[in-house]
Amino acid sequence: MTTDSHIVRVAGVTKSFQLGKLTVDALKGIDLEISAGEYISIMGPSGSGKSTLFNMIGGLDKPTAGKVYIDEVDVSQLDAYELAWLRCRKIGYIFQTFNIIQVMTALENVTLPMTFAGIGGDEAVDRGMALLETVGLADRFQHKPFELSGGQQQRVAVARALANDPAIILADEPTGNLDLTTGEEIIALLKELSSDRQVTVISATHDFKMLNVSDRVVWIRDGRVDKIENRDELSISIGEIGTRG
Amino acid sequence: MHRLVVLPFRKSVEIALKSIQVRFFRSLVTTLSLVLAIAFLSFVNVGNDVANGLLATGHGEWFRLLVDAGYDLSPGDLRVDSSPKQRWIVILSLLVCVVGIINAQLMAVTERFREIGTMKCLGALDRFILRLFFLEAGLQGIIGALAGALLGGGAALLSAWLRYGVAAIAEVSWGGVLASLGFAVVAGCILSLIGVFYPALVAARMQPVEAMRVEQ
Repeated sequence: MTTDSHIVRVAGVTKSFQLGKLTVDALKGIDLEISAGEYISIMGPSGSGKSTLFNMIGGLDKPTAGKVYIDEVDVSQLDAYELAWLRCRKIGYIFQTFNIIQVMTALENVTLPMTFAGIGGDEAVDRGMALLETVGLADRFQHKPFELSGGQQQRVAVARALANDPAIILADEPTGNLDLTTGEEIIALLKELSSDRQVTVISATHDFKMLNVSDRVVWIRDGRVDKIENRDELSISIGEIGTRG
Repeated sequence: MHRLVVLPFRKSVEIALKSIQVRFFRSLVTTLSLVLAIAFLSFVNVGNDVANGLLATGHGEWFRLLVDAGYDLSPGDLRVDSSPKQRWIVILSLLVCVVGIINAQLMAVTERFREIGTMKCLGALDRFILRLFFLEAGLQGIIGALAGALLGGGAALLSAWLRYGVAAIAEVSWGGVLASLGFAVVAGCILSLIGVFYPALVAARMQPVEAMRVEQ
């Protein structure tokens, strides 16, 4: 993978929803290129189309017009099997509500995507334990989700997202249900993983703590890209946000 | 071909079993209507087996007692075959049971929409979800139907013993009883699978994006 290859490319994407007789344009033409290994935050108010764009990038939704390429593959051309494979091997999802599977232990949650990928038995257990160690939960591998705190559950989710060495981690408001300190820990963990493993991290967020670690921030407003800022330009805009209130 | 996600059968069974264990109470509610309906089926059939055993002895005394007990027998009959009346009541109870299972399973699917969505985000195919639900229902079916069959059969034998004395147990054809219990178990499994068909389809068609939803 060369440094200038685009792991995600969004070209002229629009999306409209039919609400009764009304057509709502959630996205009105988005172009975006994300390089491998970048840490991207997608920011925007509720209703800006942020989630819609995010789901598109994650292959969870298909655009009305335009194309989404993941690793230079047009997502809309994929059949159900290929999409499942993409979700399993290429993309790791992290959710606002953690979504640890309640009936499984921490380790089983982490090894489930490996099972889908055809890796089973001892190899999966070894890799799962190594991942739990990476997120600092090796001693809790046999715990059920309800025995873990929110922050710990999100750590398990991070380990699970990394199960099959994905190229992209998609984090939807990963700190939305966490307190300030725990949220910072998760952000630091994601940043660490992104720089250590060269994983592309894309997160949709309201959380300004995310800005410090992002390589680029994509601001979405009213279904369009409002602006894209690199990290070095960011301190100024954070100041502006602070003063704006 | 290499781009294929898999879920080994053994692993599916493991997940299904765990799911039943952890949600034991919910599984119990789902299974209870099946247990009761199958208990009724097996009670009726084993009751007929007992009556047949008694009739086969040829004693007029038993004939009279059975008619008193409500069996529709004409003079000279040597077998009790399930009457249309009996059959309709059993069929009706089984129908109600299937509706109960569908209802309970649909609720279970709604409760688990996030789990299903998450699994799909992790790469699960529709048919993995379908298989998990069918396996769960199958296991619930076997356990519930077995419990129901034994419960109903046991109750039938006990009530026969109390009503007709030891002769009822002595004369009964155990092969017949076993066949009745086996039939009840098979019927229970089939009903459980019929009941989960639509809910499993709903679950399998669920979009992975559901996992992202946050209730406000």
